[in-house]
Amino acid sequence: MSEQVDETSAATTGPGPGAGSAAGENPLAGEHAAGRGARGVAQSRSLFDPEILRSAIAGSFAKLDPRVQVRNPVMFVVLVGSVVTLVEAIAHPSIFTWGITIWLFLTVVFANFAEAMAEGRGKAQADTLRRMRTETAARRLGAAGGEEVVPAAALAKGDLVVCEAGDVIPSDGEIVEGVASVDESAITGESAPVIRESGGDRSAVTGGTKVLSDRIVVRITAEPGKTFMDRMIALVEGANRQKTPNEIALNILLAALTVIFIPVVVVLQPFGSYAHGQVSVVTLVGLLVCLIPTTIGALLSAIGIAGMDRLVQRNVLAMSGRAVEAAGDVSTLLLDKTGTITLGNRMASAFLPVGGHSEEEVAAAAQLASLADETPEGRSIVVLAKERFAIRERELGGAHTFVPFSAQTRMSGLDLDGHQIRKGAAEAVRRWVREQGGSIPAELEGIVERIAKAGSTPLVVADSGEVLGVVELKDVVKQGIKERFEQLRAIGIRTVMITGDNPLTAAAIAAEAGVDDYLAEATPEAKMELIKAEQSGGKLVAMTGDGTNDAPALAQADVGVAMNTGTSAAKEAGNMVDLDSNPTKLIDVVEIGKQLLITRGALTTFSIANDIAKYFAIIPALFAATYPQLEALNVMRLHSPASAVLSAVIFNALIIVALIPLALRGVRFRPSSAQSILRRNVWIYGVGGVLLPFIGIKVIDLILTATHLY
Amino acid sequence: MAFALTLVALVVVLALSWRYLGAYLVAVYEGRVRWLAFLERPIYRLAGVDPEAEQSWQRYSLSLLVFSGVSILLTYALLRLQRFLPLDPQHLGAVTPALAWNTAVSFVTNTNWQNYAGETTMSYFSQMVALAVQNFVSPAVGMVVAIALIRGLARRSARTIGNFWVDLVRSVLYVLLPISVVFAVLFVSQGAVQTLAGPAHVHDALNGVTQVIARGPVASQEVIKQLGTNGGGFFGANGAHPFENPTGLTNFLSIVLILCIPVALTYTFGKMVGSVRQGVAVLAVMTILFGAWLAVGVVGQKEPNPAVAAAGLPAQPQGNTEGIETRFGVDSSVLYGIASTQTSTGSADSAYDSWNPLGGLALMAGMAQGDVTPGGVGSGLYTILPSAILAVFIGGLMVGRTPEYLGKKIQAREVKLAALAVLAMPLAVLVLTGIAVSIHAGTAPTLNKGPQGFGEIFYAFLSQGNNNGSAFGGLASNTAFYNVTGGLDMLVGRFAVIVPVLALAGTLAAKSAVPASLGTFRTDTPLFVGLVIGVIVIVGGLTFFPALSLGPIVEQLSHGRLFG
Amino acid sequence: MLVQLRRSVIVAISFAVLLGLAYPLAITGIAQVGFPAQANGSIGVNGSALIGQAWSGPDWFHGRPDAYDPMASGPTNLGPRSAVLERHVGARLAAWHRLGVQPTEQLVTSSGSGLDPDISPASALAQVPMVARARHLSPGRLRNLVTSEVHGRQLGFLGAPYVNVLALNEALARLARGGSAS
Repeated sequence: MSEQVDETSAATTGPGPGAGSAAGENPLAGEHAAGRGARGVAQSRSLFDPEILRSAIAGSFAKLDPRVQVRNPVMFVVLVGSVVTLVEAIAHPSIFTWGITIWLFLTVVFANFAEAMAEGRGKAQADTLRRMRTETAARRLGAAGGEEVVPAAALAKGDLVVCEAGDVIPSDGEIVEGVASVDESAITGESAPVIRESGGDRSAVTGGTKVLSDRIVVRITAEPGKTFMDRMIALVEGANRQKTPNEIALNILLAALTVIFIPVVVVLQPFGSYAHGQVSVVTLVGLLVCLIPTTIGALLSAIGIAGMDRLVQRNVLAMSGRAVEAAGDVSTLLLDKTGTITLGNRMASAFLPVGGHSEEEVAAAAQLASLADETPEGRSIVVLAKERFAIRERELGGAHTFVPFSAQTRMSGLDLDGHQIRKGAAEAVRRWVREQGGSIPAELEGIVERIAKAGSTPLVVADSGEVLGVVELKDVVKQGIKERFEQLRAIGIRTVMITGDNPLTAAAIAAEAGVDDYLAEATPEAKMELIKAEQSGGKLVAMTGDGTNDAPALAQADVGVAMNTGTSAAKEAGNMVDLDSNPTKLIDVVEIGKQLLITRGALTTFSIANDIAKYFAIIPALFAATYPQLEALNVMRLHSPASAVLSAVIFNALIIVALIPLALRGVRFRPSSAQSILRRNVWIYGVGGVLLPFIGIKVIDLILTATHLY
Repeated sequence: MAFALTLVALVVVLALSWRYLGAYLVAVYEGRVRWLAFLERPIYRLAGVDPEAEQSWQRYSLSLLVFSGVSILLTYALLRLQRFLPLDPQHLGAVTPALAWNTAVSFVTNTNWQNYAGETTMSYFSQMVALAVQNFVSPAVGMVVAIALIRGLARRSARTIGNFWVDLVRSVLYVLLPISVVFAVLFVSQGAVQTLAGPAHVHDALNGVTQVIARGPVASQEVIKQLGTNGGGFFGANGAHPFENPTGLTNFLSIVLILCIPVALTYTFGKMVGSVRQGVAVLAVMTILFGAWLAVGVVGQKEPNPAVAAAGLPAQPQGNTEGIETRFGVDSSVLYGIASTQTSTGSADSAYDSWNPLGGLALMAGMAQGDVTPGGVGSGLYTILPSAILAVFIGGLMVGRTPEYLGKKIQAREVKLAALAVLAMPLAVLVLTGIAVSIHAGTAPTLNKGPQGFGEIFYAFLSQGNNNGSAFGGLASNTAFYNVTGGLDMLVGRFAVIVPVLALAGTLAAKSAVPASLGTFRTDTPLFVGLVIGVIVIVGGLTFFPALSLGPIVEQLSHGRLFG
Repeated sequence: MLVQLRRSVIVAISFAVLLGLAYPLAITGIAQVGFPAQANGSIGVNGSALIGQAWSGPDWFHGRPDAYDPMASGPTNLGPRSAVLERHVGARLAAWHRLGVQPTEQLVTSSGSGLDPDISPASALAQVPMVARARHLSPGRLRNLVTSEVHGRQLGFLGAPYVNVLALNEALARLARGGSAS
């Protein structure tokens, strides 16, 4: 639909053809992605979907297997502790011993539940995908040219298959012949069909999508079972999720804290004996479980899974958790100008007459020439003519023929009452005018050059061999993008605009859009060099790309988001795929990466801060018989030693459940400087983490007392 | 008022030391100070050290460990062979094997825990050649580790962290020795003894008292004991002894000597990593915690001594004077005690065991925090930085980026090493205290009963684990059990921290630096200072709160009750 | 490893010579030349000014209830809630009361060194009536004597004001002699 524009702007378009124009209408699409409820893969589900809830409850018991538990040292200690107290409870049954045992056991179950919940959401999405991928039959082309129908699963890499309107494309591949409109809603959720054609950067098709019109021949590029859809299912299911670097580091810290608290608690036995006191093993186990970072230990893997899940909900598939984490670290974003920073379309901004004609004459002719032009550029000329000179869309009275754009003429217009009105690229119109025997006004050259230099596109308007003037088509910077870049700057991320434009044009647009830097006349090599230069300074670089020539840069970048509309080479090279093919989403990806880390850090802080109150609950209780004067430390005025210990253990278990929604949703991320984010989180999760359990334990104690359990 | 002035004077002197000694240290470790080259070069030549050649962290550690091992053996041998060696006017004979082991480890690890009374155990030769030498060398080892860690943070993509031998020799020659010479003479002028003449015999015609007074080369050892945050006194009474610490001025200078290098090293750190503010942040953490515990100590010691009150003297306007020297008074003694226990010095100008419970808590708190406020010479900095790294890690996650400290990414390996460095001490202290309170050999030597007795045992391992060396002196710890376990505690507290720290230096040095941006978690702000304080207090508090509550806390809460 | 061992031994021996012998001997030399009195223990006719002695009876000002054994310095190490300390203090209080003195806390608590040569001015003044009675001297003269023996804080703010017990008793002896002579 926009071939004409592609032609007219050929001189100024960079290596990435305006891939993002489909989503370009809403520059903040990503920002609202969660709000508007993404379609397709990201079947939006409420946090506690009953179906997921049911399977998660089942899963939380299935995960009690010690072989599963041992992978999480923190929760494994809790499990072992609950076994120890169970033995004690059997030997010395009491409400206290059984109460502690049950709540310790529940602590493990709650942790499993959190993980199962996070996995459940992914599993549900995978099931949806599987349902959509019905077993397809493929029409394979034989070597001789004949067709045979085989199951999609039987297709090997390199096979050729035929797909016609109504067929589901059996596997991932590349179109080698033909053009078709394809419904990719199965994977993107976008109902508008897209055009796929052989050759170039739009030749890739994905298994599971549906051909709506025409006939194409596809060469299969994926091994059976390794199609994009298969990978997607595996990813959302978290089947082979690997721990990310920061998660590993955090696990080490949690393990270290667990290791140190074991002797802290174990030596209380001899310490107590020295003071001629009896210290109950059950209480010690309770104390140990309260001290080790169970809150974060229980929620850590859920946080990771949910982080990936949030990406999927925004229709981005990350090939690894490592990439998501790297996104949070990114300090430089390389953004393609077209589709990301500017709307893919140029808009008419001025009529510039030549050869003694008036501005209005140019406007009138240009309006006529654009009446049949339904491209955004064409519409913008009509709109401008109306705004400036109140030239309304006329009912054309006389005999008229619209002349559509063609690749040969590279012009469009209409013939009306003997007038041949044309608009088109400067070179094409000039040639046409000369052919018509007309002359080229001297000033045309200068005007065309000036417009091009300013970052705009000149369209020359002529009437039957006479040049009337030039329409300036301006590259329009997306609304709101400047504010977005300011937010990025606030969180310390530098934006670099990549464009094929000349430096002058690039500078003009860069200034308008508010990017920090730009790379003009970008070639794939220049892009690569830029990435390497940034990286050698220790920075992490994120970029989007879709063309085959983007592949090396996508591979080199720390976060490479390939557009789903792009070539399979690009998709292979990047470590994420954006199903919406919306380059602006890179910014969301960065935010999700940050949110993932913040959630982990915040809950770790919270978990450790909680310990203070637990000490104040348990230590006086532990030595109540030996040193009643320690009762002064019982600042919460808990009812009895037994209720104090039990309250702390119950709080410790319930806080896990209470924080599951936070773990799944992630801590809210507001773009601002690291300092203010930190200050906010330290207050909420650090100071709040110190205070909350004092209240929580007291409340539980009151309830236990009120129910006369103690 | 006088105490306020003392604090002001201390702050002024330390501020000067921070700025100028700190800058001097930078020059020393960058090799720009050469005025003792005539002493420095021959040592390199003899030892076959190329002062230009740098070492990887593995080589650096190996050199350090072998040198420390040799030092322990040498010290042990000198103590065992005391009777064959000169300068033994009292004919004291050999030191027993267990005590020699404990003492050798103690002095080499900069602990200076003393299971002996100097005046009746050590000859002048042992004091000088075995012990005073280690008073120089062990802080020098601490300094080189700190410098290696600073280099690790400052360097980019580097394979080496310096040359152990060069750093060691320079620390001794250019820093410790010159300051010691000046202050030793000053101490003598105030009344500290410095003689090889043996004990003095005096007779007082007024009261008919005859005394044999132990003497020795005290001043030369006293200053390096403080400057090197060693703490091992020439005499059993340590810094309370009038021959070690004769006047209010020497008491003040002792505190200055204890604190000057640990404080100055924060400037050195800031300067070498390219931002003095970073050093200020670390110093702020140290100062705030120091000030807080000093206040607790003063409040505690200003209260009347409960036992004295119970005996019939409830009015004690000076506070708790049990174990306090008249010429220092209670306030200055608290300042000395806090300075000594919040560094890894462990010297004492009063009887810590007799401090009021709240005061005792303040003394233990410094060590429970890992002796980092400001900590021992070198060891304070190299122990606080892993805590800072853990704070960076948790805080950094909270801003949504892989955490960085001074541009260096803090990842799994760094967290592992920092956690090892932070947790080795508590682990050793808890386990050994747990064993000691369970067996007769552990509980029998306590002088005091009840929580104070528990405190004596816990204090012993806490002190040795932190290489502090101060004691609740009631514990008669010159037993096989305490000599051996104490030695282990000190070795863990020293080398189980140093090796991870040097490994940390190595991995950090190898990293390239991430340039700072608005998205970087800044480590030179009050917020970061608060976070590091949080990590130190919470890690220290969470690990030692139960033990502290069974010692000084319960004692503080035991109104109107005496034990034993 | 062997190289490190060799270097360690050489460096250790170098340090032993430099820091273990040269340094303390040099300081000893300087001290003996520059400050011979202090360097040898500030010893006067009746003992060291820095090492306390036990005084008994009402004729002399007493120091702290220390052990005063200069070959075994050190405190009692009795804890703040020690019943033993309570007994000791109780006995000391009784002894002071027998001598007609209402003691300060310093006079019933022992020091950090066990050799404290000093007492606070208040502790000396508290003993004035006792000595005055025993020696038949006017309390006013004794108070003046004590005041003249008070050492203020060093530089006006360091440490605590004190009276050296030996110096005070030496002055007392002179006063008593002079008093009987006049």
